Amino acid sequence: MTAVAAHVGTSHEAPTSRPSSGPRVLVFSTNGISDPGIDLAGSSHMHYPPKVVVISLPCTSGVKPSWILHALQGGFDGVFIAADGEECAYLQDCSERSAHIVERAQVLMESHGIDGRRVRMAAICSVCAEPFTRQVRAFASSLSELTEVAA
Amino acid sequence: MSDQAQQPPGKRRIGVYVCHCGGNISDYVDLNRVVDTVKDEADVVVVRDAMFTCSDVTQEQISKDIREQALDGLVVASCSPKLHTTTFRGVARRGGLNPYQYTQANIREQCSWAHTDDREGATEKAISLVRAAIAKTRLSEALEPLAVETTKRALIVGGGVAGMRAAIGLADIGIGVFLVERDAELGGRVRSLGKMFPNGTDGHDLARRLDAEIRRRPSITVFTSAELVKKSGTYGNYKVTVAVGGEQISLEVGQVIVATGFAPYEPEQGELGYGSPGVVTLETFTRMLGEGEGPLAFQGRPVKSVAYVYCVGSRDDTHPYCSRYCCSAAVHAALLLAGRDSGVRQYHLYRDMRTYGRHELQYSESRQRGSVYMKFADDDRPEVVAGSGALRVTVRDVLTGGKELVIGPDLVVLVTGMVPRANEELTAALKLPVGLDGFYNEIHPKLRPVETVVEGVSICGACQGPKTAAESVASGLAAAAQAAAVLKRGVAELDPQVALVHPDLCTGCGQCVTACPYSAISLTDGGSAKVASIDPAACKGCGGCAPSCPEDAIDLAGYTDAQVRSMIDSLLVGSPT
Repeated sequence: MTAVAAHVGTSHEAPTSRPSSGPRVLVFSTNGISDPGIDLAGSSHMHYPPKVVVISLPCTSGVKPSWILHALQGGFDGVFIAADGEECAYLQDCSERSAHIVERAQVLMESHGIDGRRVRMAAICSVCAEPFTRQVRAFASSLSELTEVAA
Repeated sequence: MSDQAQQPPGKRRIGVYVCHCGGNISDYVDLNRVVDTVKDEADVVVVRDAMFTCSDVTQEQISKDIREQALDGLVVASCSPKLHTTTFRGVARRGGLNPYQYTQANIREQCSWAHTDDREGATEKAISLVRAAIAKTRLSEALEPLAVETTKRALIVGGGVAGMRAAIGLADIGIGVFLVERDAELGGRVRSLGKMFPNGTDGHDLARRLDAEIRRRPSITVFTSAELVKKSGTYGNYKVTVAVGGEQISLEVGQVIVATGFAPYEPEQGELGYGSPGVVTLETFTRMLGEGEGPLAFQGRPVKSVAYVYCVGSRDDTHPYCSRYCCSAAVHAALLLAGRDSGVRQYHLYRDMRTYGRHELQYSESRQRGSVYMKFADDDRPEVVAGSGALRVTVRDVLTGGKELVIGPDLVVLVTGMVPRANEELTAALKLPVGLDGFYNEIHPKLRPVETVVEGVSICGACQGPKTAAESVASGLAAAAQAAAVLKRGVAELDPQVALVHPDLCTGCGQCVTACPYSAISLTDGGSAKVASIDPAACKGCGGCAPSCPEDAIDLAGYTDAQVRSMIDSLLVGSPT
């Protein structure tokens, strides 16, 4: 099957040769609360490593521990749960549920020989642009240290 | 596990549209490389990039492609899904594609704008995000929104001009309104103002007229000295609790409009002489001008000269935004004073005059009638010294080479801006999104200017940010129209992305039943054993039940186990391991 590809008539600069490095981090965010916070980081041109990628869900209470394991076994260096905290529109006990999911994931990870510190959770509100960038930078940094120690 | 997991690739026909967003994306991401890479993805039959995918032309192109190429999946890689999910679901529907077979990849807020310093990294990431969106779309299924009857009444929180006008608008098209006001009277800030810019309309009279209009409409129920304390229920059918007169009453409404307005900036004691006799805010000065006639007096002494200091509580570190109304309101006040006393001397100490639109004419008129304007630098505010009964204002006027000028006015007017109101309880009860400036956030200022991310809850007026009274009324009517569009239809469309049970995997253990706080899950007779069953109208779509199932027998539609795993895998494609 051949795809039809069409471009608008603009020229692009050649990409820089700067390599993108650093740990790969998967973020689970939420459509209503933490994803807008992560959007705001971008809208404010706050930088964080591009190896940080986001999958947005309705609520972090719906993250399956097996997804975290799947991501880490597949090649992500860490998984960050950007939880709604007290602001969750669905579940009053969202923080406790999400924390329990992280605990279950850590048990699962350790049974597969993966360091439990490769999953981290923090509450990210809808305007938490700065806290998000700070959190993911710190997490990426600690993941780099974990990798160095392991090596 | 869903059956979708077993579906082999190569069975779908997906169109992918990549947006330059002017240059907001393409300045930082090599979109040629994105297009060239994703065109080889399995199931992708058409890839196009466009300067603006949201433009009418591109929307029509997408719609045409869906029909002509028989697409059964659509990916748009552009801005945040918060902005354009509704737009492209509409495009999909117009082309004959189920709207839930569309996925938006966020390559602007979560890619180009976050990585303006790393073109290579941003390009790699954009490719990954588009691949993940394709993976999700490949496993998407057609879903139909659930239609539920709505309660044909609206609740408006805030009885200022925006809320009052919204209430009248809704009542006039046959929708019942509960209007909840925290103060003892309706009218908001405008009620206490005298002649307002630009036309000299009396604020008190305006509030009284709107109040009278409301009283003439029996379909509007007004609660004063009342506050909303709780909201429950679902989109289209909310239950709200209002505290009024020491009691709590429960109301059922289909839509909520928040019109809680602003607070005037209150200068710190001593800030520009505030707190000393003869130093007043613009709001106080406007009230003074509304009282009496002829030359102005303050505390029994004639006011022969006035110094206005602009941008107080606006465009500073704490309030970095412009309050918009204050330049025009101060100029209008100066004209009113000149009308009362042609001999009064008026000095305007400003940073930038922002008398936009027709207000510029009043700025010109004020100069013709003797007002003198002096521009101070952003980092060099005038000094106001109030000592031994005399005021002294010192300003360095950048238009006269930074020359230091000293004025001894009888009155100093601090041209104060608007700040957000302290509404923590309401914000928490409605889960309203608050911006960095402290005002409530709409979804998009142009495309969805009164809607919030909380379905069925709109915002209007100066609770969104500084607005004039006229602009507040216009946005109040916009919110009324938005609410009426749902309430007049009589049905609200609920998101069909709800939890689903795979009966063949369910063992009837009941763990999901206890995991759901909405009682949406029950155990029903499934033949030889009990199986979980989910009521789609009661399910909120949080997915909180899915991790509780030891058999992985629950999926959330739109976010199935297979879709999330496939997205994870796609995000890793091409990355060194």
